[in-house]
Amino acid sequence: MQDEPRPDELIKAVADFLREQIVPQISGHAAFKLRVGINALDLVTRQLALSGESDAEEHASLKALFSHDGSLFNLNAELADRIASGAVDLSTPGVKDHLWRTTLAKLAVDQPNYASYRREVERCSD
Amino acid sequence: MAAAAIAGALTQSVIGWCAGATGIRDLAQLSGGASQETWSFVIERPDGDIAAILRRSPPGYGSVSGRAAGLDVEAELMRLAYEAGVPSPQVLHVLTEADALGAGFVMRRVDGETIPRKILRDAEFAEARPKLARQIGIILAGLHGIDSAALPPLRTISSTEEIGLLRDDYRSFDWPRPVFELTLRWLTDHDPGASKATTLVHGDFRHGNLIIGPDGVRAVLDWELAHRGDPMEDLGWICVNSWRFGEIDKPVGGLGSREEMFAGYEAAGGHVDEARVKFWEVMGTLRWGIMCCGMMRRFRESPDHSMERAMIGRRSSETEIDLLRLLAPRS
Repeated sequence: MQDEPRPDELIKAVADFLREQIVPQISGHAAFKLRVGINALDLVTRQLALSGESDAEEHASLKALFSHDGSLFNLNAELADRIASGAVDLSTPGVKDHLWRTTLAKLAVDQPNYASYRREVERCSD
Repeated sequence: MAAAAIAGALTQSVIGWCAGATGIRDLAQLSGGASQETWSFVIERPDGDIAAILRRSPPGYGSVSGRAAGLDVEAELMRLAYEAGVPSPQVLHVLTEADALGAGFVMRRVDGETIPRKILRDAEFAEARPKLARQIGIILAGLHGIDSAALPPLRTISSTEEIGLLRDDYRSFDWPRPVFELTLRWLTDHDPGASKATTLVHGDFRHGNLIIGPDGVRAVLDWELAHRGDPMEDLGWICVNSWRFGEIDKPVGGLGSREEMFAGYEAAGGHVDEARVKFWEVMGTLRWGIMCCGMMRRFRESPDHSMERAMIGRRSSETEIDLLRLLAPRS
């Protein structure tokens, strides 16, 4: 067992330091790259916090769709193949809902400020 | 190639072709442009300095998806666009081997803004914004109206071929994306086939490639993905949600409505096919998603290990939510 602090706590501490202490001192192309770097660290922090639960939900949802088990990657590949062949489409029970939930879970990590995502999340909470 | 080496080669080059030039100053690499380098500099001349831009491919770097027209062709297309009245920077010189700067060209710098968030929000552009969707339609009609016979050699890509290219690109990543598969099925089922008109298509007409001033669009840049094809492709691409930068209810680059763009296009002599525009918007959304995946692969495989490319790789999910909004909206 590894000791504390956890990776998400370490990364957040580094990102906060860069954002608060270093950003004000940097300009030009380096400032642009610094912002990209901070965004990357923030993304990792979100993934560490969120993906355990969302991967488990996605896995359960795929098992329910296919009535068999497999790795998350292989079950996703199977869904992709079945959509490609036409065996599964939006009229297949559970598919549209599955695609929406898994996509929203990706956006929560990748780009939670993306306007389409925010619009769809507001729609959920209405 | 370090900045000092570029400055040296560029000085030699400029003295060779620019009448009266004595040297250069203020060489600076501009941010953005993951697959090609862009540098700004000033040509020093006793009769008056010239603000200029160098666009070059560093040796060994290809384009995003192997579809690049080539910088020589880009320079030629900018010349044709300039002559046709499409807002364009004036090309000053096309690089040759003697320049020792790789492939590329030098153009006159056009002042203005390319950063979408500034164009969409700053007060400076408040008067221009409501006019831009229509102006974009007018510019696209002009660009599509360029005489086909005058064009340099370009690939012709039909909608059917584009679906196949995207499918091959996507499959080559070996990373399952059910939403992309759903989109490929939709595109195949809705493929409109060959268009009546085959014209020059810019291929990447969007924010970042348009220089905009308080008076409107001043220059169309980056012809890297130009080809011959269905002109409705450009109208669909500018409507892809990724280029709205938060203004998601204004489809044309976050600036205005499709109807305003269509009106400009038709007023300038073009003919709009709305169903095709929608088809190309879906195609374009998928295409940007796949380009993001391509950036992820280049991040893994290319030696420079660029953070920007890595992070663009994580933007492919943005296109997945946009594709669901287009193809499987929730009631």
